[in-house]
Amino acid sequence: MYNYNEFDTAFVAERNRQFRAQVERRISGALTEDEFKPLRLMNGLYLQLHAYMLRVAIPYGTLDSAKMHKLADIADKWDKGYGHFTTRQNIQYNWPKLSDVPDMLDALAEVEMHAIQTSGNTIRNVTADHFAGAAADEIADPRPVAELIRQWSTDHPEFQFLPRKFKIAVTGSPNDRAVIKAHDIGIQIVEQDGEIGYRIIVGGGLGRTPMIGKVLRDFLPEEDLLPYLEATVSVWNLLGRRDNKYKARIKITVHEHGIDEIRERVERIFKMIRPSFSGIDQQLFAEIKAAFAAPEFRDAPVAEFETAYKHDPIFRSWADTNLAEHRAEGYAIVQISLKAHGATPGDASSEQMRVMADLAQKYGHDQLRISHEQNVILPHVHKSDLPVIHAVLKKHGLATANIGLISDIIACPGMDYCALATARSIPIAQEIATRFDELKLEHEIGDLKIKISGCINACGHHHVGHIGILGLDRAGVENYQITLGGDATENARVGDRTGPGFSADDILPAIERIVYAYLDLRADADETFAQTYARVGLDPFKVALYEQDKAYAAE
Amino acid sequence: MPREFTPKVVTANALIEGDVVYLTTDDTWTRRLSEAEVMTEEDHAGLRLLQAEGQPELVVGAYLADVALSENGPEPTHFREDFRRTGPSNYNHGKKAELNNV
Repeated sequence: MYNYNEFDTAFVAERNRQFRAQVERRISGALTEDEFKPLRLMNGLYLQLHAYMLRVAIPYGTLDSAKMHKLADIADKWDKGYGHFTTRQNIQYNWPKLSDVPDMLDALAEVEMHAIQTSGNTIRNVTADHFAGAAADEIADPRPVAELIRQWSTDHPEFQFLPRKFKIAVTGSPNDRAVIKAHDIGIQIVEQDGEIGYRIIVGGGLGRTPMIGKVLRDFLPEEDLLPYLEATVSVWNLLGRRDNKYKARIKITVHEHGIDEIRERVERIFKMIRPSFSGIDQQLFAEIKAAFAAPEFRDAPVAEFETAYKHDPIFRSWADTNLAEHRAEGYAIVQISLKAHGATPGDASSEQMRVMADLAQKYGHDQLRISHEQNVILPHVHKSDLPVIHAVLKKHGLATANIGLISDIIACPGMDYCALATARSIPIAQEIATRFDELKLEHEIGDLKIKISGCINACGHHHVGHIGILGLDRAGVENYQITLGGDATENARVGDRTGPGFSADDILPAIERIVYAYLDLRADADETFAQTYARVGLDPFKVALYEQDKAYAAE
Repeated sequence: MPREFTPKVVTANALIEGDVVYLTTDDTWTRRLSEAEVMTEEDHAGLRLLQAEGQPELVVGAYLADVALSENGPEPTHFREDFRRTGPSNYNHGKKAELNNV
């Protein structure tokens, strides 16, 4: 794990000192809200529907137990005893007082954390595959790349006033778990003739105008990464539409100019600035890589695991659903679901945070990850420790066996918290999860990702959900539009809109009709929802959604 | 023809806590919509909004919100204002927790 050097520590301390003074000046009346707002946004502080919200960066979703404990302490001391993990691998506190925020930021700095560039028109928190460093299919750990980009982009003088926000994600595996094709820039670590390099994807994004990213460069040598990124962002910084907020993201620039013209411009700037990168970045990169060296995995028998797997059906169900394949023999990746049926997706109480931190420290090489799917990962766990881990998780409401299933829903905060929302998301997620738990159907349904956004900005990634739900305000009433067939992986695809939306009361029955239609349509129990949809298309689902409804009404 | 003016209240977020507040007739800010001043004349509403905006040391983002008059005083006409009045639906936090304990 990367640890701050003197420069990082001094930088964060100085920013915190400045922000403390800014808050004091705002409270004293020396700064107006118009003057203060850009300053607080630079430090991750929003004013939401019912309170302020502090968004804290968790770079590439990586935490150790000290950091997680501090997040829990902050939740208890200055918030309401919980935190909300987001699709950008951040944590949000929903109830801080303005006057407490400087103390919260100082507390974060004690464990090398901050809220810088979690808002505003800057390069945001760089996300990465949450299985980084552990996945069996990984070519290289994406986190050193993400950390290098974090250092390069933090307070980058050219990129503090971009046309709009800018999001970068990195994966080190061909199986994309970081949604890189829905990012402004997606980076995939690839290997060509024994040499590591990067495939650079540009112009993806969700929101009002969803776009799947396009390949800008198929193979970029490692040492060219920062100048190439700098060239790309600078091309957009000049060309990007500052006249219209809705057309300002790079996806629109790429769409309007075409990928070939953008590539030509990027290559031209790249050639120009490449010589100014003298190699210091590569020295730094080598140091960062060393900081992310894999832990020493132990070679031990897995008999305890096998016994528990054989005799405890609850453990078996959890192991089958929540574990992923680790690259080391005898190890597993543990996915802790923050989606207990009926709970708020992505929320963890301070007690739960401490439990997960202690498990990581005791059994998981002191590592934790936050996934963009709003769950927590223990990336390195020896299988012999799984039964005891499961028992502890169960005691604290953290052993729900639903990873990748219909109740493992991504949901943005929606109108329960967010000032931009047009409808609620959380209660819809709660209803769907509760209903399918009652039906005891979710394991039979299998791999099915529902993603819910409470407005067009798509923080809940609804476009790339197998079933996407978008909450809108239609003439003063909450209305939910459905998309089907979206895909967030390396085969990224924007879902197809089914037709007219449904009211808050009708959306759950609508989702049920889609699921029952899938169970009828699938070729066999092994055909996933995504595969069935790819085979049969939208039409049979439309019939199930709209015509059956009419038939019932006519009865 | 100009649209008929509908009843309004001045609402904002408190500067320190960020919670939802409403302007009262005696120029204080209340957490309860039922205690808010209801304005039925456009000019008066505009004036009250200006006065609210002149209190940046107390509130942020003042605006006029539509209300309907009922026996219990003003009621929100839009679900967003209803949520602002009550707090989030997933936890007993915010106004519904705080005001019930008063």
